[in-house]
Amino acid sequence: MSVLLIAEHSNKELKPFTLNVINAATKIDEDVHVLIMGHNSDPVAKSLSEVSGVKKVIHVDNLIYENYVAENYVPVILKYADKYSHIVSAANTFGKNLMPRVAAKLDISQVSDIIKVISSDTFLRPIYAGNAFATVKSNDPKKCVTVRPTSFEPAPSSGGSAEIEKGDTGEEYSSTKFVKKEEIKSDRPELGTARIVISGGRGLQSGDNFKLITAVADKLNAAIGASRAAVDAGYITNDHQVGQTGKVVVPDLYIAVGISGAIQHLAGMKESKVIVAINKDGEAPIFSIADYGLEADLFEALPQFLEELNKLNTIQK
Amino acid sequence: MKILVAVKRVIDYNVQIRVKEDNSGIVTDNVKMSTNPPDDNAIEEAVRIKESGKAKEIVAITIGEDKAQETVRKALAVGADRGIHVKTEGIVEPLAVSKILKAIVEKEKPDLVFMGKQAIDDDCNQTGQMLAALLNWPQATFASKIEVKDKSLEVTREVDEGLETIEVKIPAIVTCDLRLNEPRYASLPNIMKAKKKPLDQMSATDLGVDTKPRIEQIKVEEPPKRKAGIKVANVAELVNKLKNEAKVI
Amino acid sequence: MTKEVMEYDVVIVGGGPSGLSSAIKLKQLNPEINVCVLEKASEIGAHILSGNVFETRALDELIPNWKELENPIKTKVTKEKFLFLGKNKSISWPTWLLPKVQQNHNNYIISLANLCRWLAEQAEKLGVEIFPGFPASEILYDNDGSVKGVATQDMGIDKDGNKKDSFESGIELHAKVTIFAEGCRGHLGKQLINKFELDKGKNPQQYGIGLKEIWEIDEKHHEEGLVMHTAGWPLDNNTYGGSFMYHAENKQIFLGYVIGLDYKNPHLSPFDEFQRFKTHPSIKKYIKGGKRISYGARALIEGGIQSLPKMYMPGALLIGCDAGTLNMPKIKGSHTAMKSGMIAAETIVEHFRDNKSLSIYEEKFNKSWVHKELHQARNVKPSFNWGLILGIIFTGIDQILFRGKLPFTLKHKHADHEALMPAEKMPKIDYPKPDNIITFDKTSSVYLTGTNHTDNQPVHLHLKDPELPIKYNLEKYDEAAQRYCPAGVYEVQMENNINKFVINSQNCIHCKTCDIKEPSQNINWVTPEGGGGPKYGNM
Repeated sequence: MSVLLIAEHSNKELKPFTLNVINAATKIDEDVHVLIMGHNSDPVAKSLSEVSGVKKVIHVDNLIYENYVAENYVPVILKYADKYSHIVSAANTFGKNLMPRVAAKLDISQVSDIIKVISSDTFLRPIYAGNAFATVKSNDPKKCVTVRPTSFEPAPSSGGSAEIEKGDTGEEYSSTKFVKKEEIKSDRPELGTARIVISGGRGLQSGDNFKLITAVADKLNAAIGASRAAVDAGYITNDHQVGQTGKVVVPDLYIAVGISGAIQHLAGMKESKVIVAINKDGEAPIFSIADYGLEADLFEALPQFLEELNKLNTIQK
Repeated sequence: MKILVAVKRVIDYNVQIRVKEDNSGIVTDNVKMSTNPPDDNAIEEAVRIKESGKAKEIVAITIGEDKAQETVRKALAVGADRGIHVKTEGIVEPLAVSKILKAIVEKEKPDLVFMGKQAIDDDCNQTGQMLAALLNWPQATFASKIEVKDKSLEVTREVDEGLETIEVKIPAIVTCDLRLNEPRYASLPNIMKAKKKPLDQMSATDLGVDTKPRIEQIKVEEPPKRKAGIKVANVAELVNKLKNEAKVI
Repeated sequence: MTKEVMEYDVVIVGGGPSGLSSAIKLKQLNPEINVCVLEKASEIGAHILSGNVFETRALDELIPNWKELENPIKTKVTKEKFLFLGKNKSISWPTWLLPKVQQNHNNYIISLANLCRWLAEQAEKLGVEIFPGFPASEILYDNDGSVKGVATQDMGIDKDGNKKDSFESGIELHAKVTIFAEGCRGHLGKQLINKFELDKGKNPQQYGIGLKEIWEIDEKHHEEGLVMHTAGWPLDNNTYGGSFMYHAENKQIFLGYVIGLDYKNPHLSPFDEFQRFKTHPSIKKYIKGGKRISYGARALIEGGIQSLPKMYMPGALLIGCDAGTLNMPKIKGSHTAMKSGMIAAETIVEHFRDNKSLSIYEEKFNKSWVHKELHQARNVKPSFNWGLILGIIFTGIDQILFRGKLPFTLKHKHADHEALMPAEKMPKIDYPKPDNIITFDKTSSVYLTGTNHTDNQPVHLHLKDPELPIKYNLEKYDEAAQRYCPAGVYEVQMENNINKFVINSQNCIHCKTCDIKEPSQNINWVTPEGGGGPKYGNM
């Protein structure tokens, strides 16, 4: 048994989530090989070989892999697939786009978006937007699996010394052409992918008062969220809404300010790694799921919070 | 041009789902069902392309039990011309769904196949890509903008880092994001007309597809409830905990 | 822009028991009549909420072979209990001492929502066209003032009233006869009653609010077929109300509470009374270890025959609880609603065939068993104006000794919205905090209803005077809307030191309580965009 993991990268550096997926792969089997396809991507292959847990790096470098096109990646993966019991990638837009195309070519029923490895063929995965967890066992001879990166710690990026094997280019797929990529150049991370989210609720009392949230968000490089109540009250536009009809977010840190914690809102953020609640009502339901609760008037607490953050020498971003 | 649109019947997104007591799955009796939301976007886009004169026919297909026909009827009510219902029982995995769709594509010979990017029940996000693989067609997933060109589509995709644009030659598979468009409502007269539009029925067996699941669902559980943590006395303590205990800032 | 027009012989507004029974009966009597049913919910049954212990009398007449068909009527009542609750104690009342109308052997414990889904299937088989997701938002009148049909709501209007990309115009449905079957406090029925003065000479209508939860309980506490009612705690002697607990199939119990909306104390919260009620040892013992799986609420009619408006008018009929056919002492309205719909169908067939006036509805209704039932029941609810104890004593005399034949009729003197006393004169009620096991808060309860209204649409709860909630209600009644709404739609929020009245219309579960109870009748409930509102399963 061994695992073939498909790396996501920018040709210059590894996408951080790949480290989380490597860690998940090591829980399936110790023998984790990473396949990287790119162009002028030697630095990535090198850094991958240093990741703890990686036993071998297969590096395929060609102009056709300069940009990620699943249709081009698949023939290479299929060439190696025979030797592996598992093929694994991240359950983000990269892996979601890629893996089913691999699985179908191999006539395998894929297991998507796992959050826990129970054994080499049994996994835990959320269904119904995380409102239920299913334990599933794959009966296919080979498994194609995508991994929810935020459910696993990243593998240490050093400590490994894997060999780098040069692989052969696969056939180019001519019917799909990459045109362009526009990274959203916002000063603020996207709500759906931010590492930190700070959200305001009706406790803010006005749209203008959201500037208190913005100031902290700037400092922490956090995305700004809101409860439906705040959106309904017109304090902020609905693209910030977290919860049932809005977005589901799973950041490392979620700070809920002046949000009582209507269940619809909780459904949208309860999987966050660390939850902080700041609310003056000590009985607010949000405290029942908060790791750290601060019972305080937000109009005093937020400026103090910013002040305390300013005192810190370093802030992870 | 002919567009095939695949639609799935799922538990309505407003319904709070409930895990069966014996952990064998989700309760679906007496639960409001609807079309999978991004599938509505897929139908809408197909109808808009037809309205712009670039497509001649839209065929809506669904796979599932008898009641799944409602989903096709709804697609017919918002502009699809014809419907297909492939009858199946129990869980049909995306791989089997894509095999059924492949068989239909071979019969119907559409130029494009549209569907939602993901179903909100099993959250698999596989079918479109699998169908593309089986047909060896290009795939444009997570589409938030589609421009129909002469023999190709230019598709803007919603990816994690932002937006990506690709060009795919026709025939192609497109999976649609919620941001693609705002689906229209079915008007009452159109619902009436939809009742008279043709709807073909067949079974997966008729198409020679084995739908037996390859993945065993061992159990379905409610997610563990999060427990309350601690209350901190003041902001300084909070920042200290976040920095040194939780290590998140 | 003129709206598209569709013509029918009969248009029925509302897909509940009365509307669907009417549709079925029409088709049975004359398959040539074309009938459509408009329903505001996303599917038939999704806005139906009821106890429900079902008396099959009307169904036996409508579909005599129903037992031979696959049907959702499964659980026969096997055992009955009636408890008077004190704070911690309870006294069981012997069932043989219950008035006959409250005895339920021969009846069934059902989900009315499921019965409606089944009736809809039967109707569709007969060729009735049913359109869920299309609220009738407006009554259309002919030049001569008669009702000529209804218009459906425009779809895709933003909150400022502008058309969105997805705008879809409503249409006009014209009918020879329109049947209004919207249920209690229908928003079109309300307009018809005013316009045609249908309630002239009648007592003011009386309402209640019914709250219901479905629990899946431990097998050892579950007795399929058991029907239990309570009176007393947590309500005081002057507040009319009581509970029900019906042991249905699949280890489920239907647990609910009904409170008369003529309650006086603005501090009272029907939702919290219900939650508190569940903590009583006689109730808690059943649900302990169980799981709450559904929640909902709906206003109901309590006025009876004294308050029943005239049910016909030029071009239209008003049936079921849109008029008010519920039998309060019996705690049942489904069979009477169905029967009122069936009479409507008979009326219309004769109207078409023999050109008879729709006023024959009244003669037919007065001759029917529904009228007899309601007449016998008429004095029960008003007698509770004297308080629970006197009410029970009187009801015993009236119902057991005289079988409802006492030679006088008690009156309902006031409308429910007139009942509230100023907040400062009434005791505050300290409701216990929810424990999230037996008792819950409103938001987590509303979540279970699956209610939703598409974002960015106009608020469907209109204030005639937007200033009134803060300027008058807050001071005088501590704005009782915050408490009588069972879905947390209304809140008073302090914003920059100014009180603001907030309407969370997305939460609305279409119970109509606000439209009834607001002391100045300042809230007007109108239909939101089609398909909005709760998504009840087997309520």
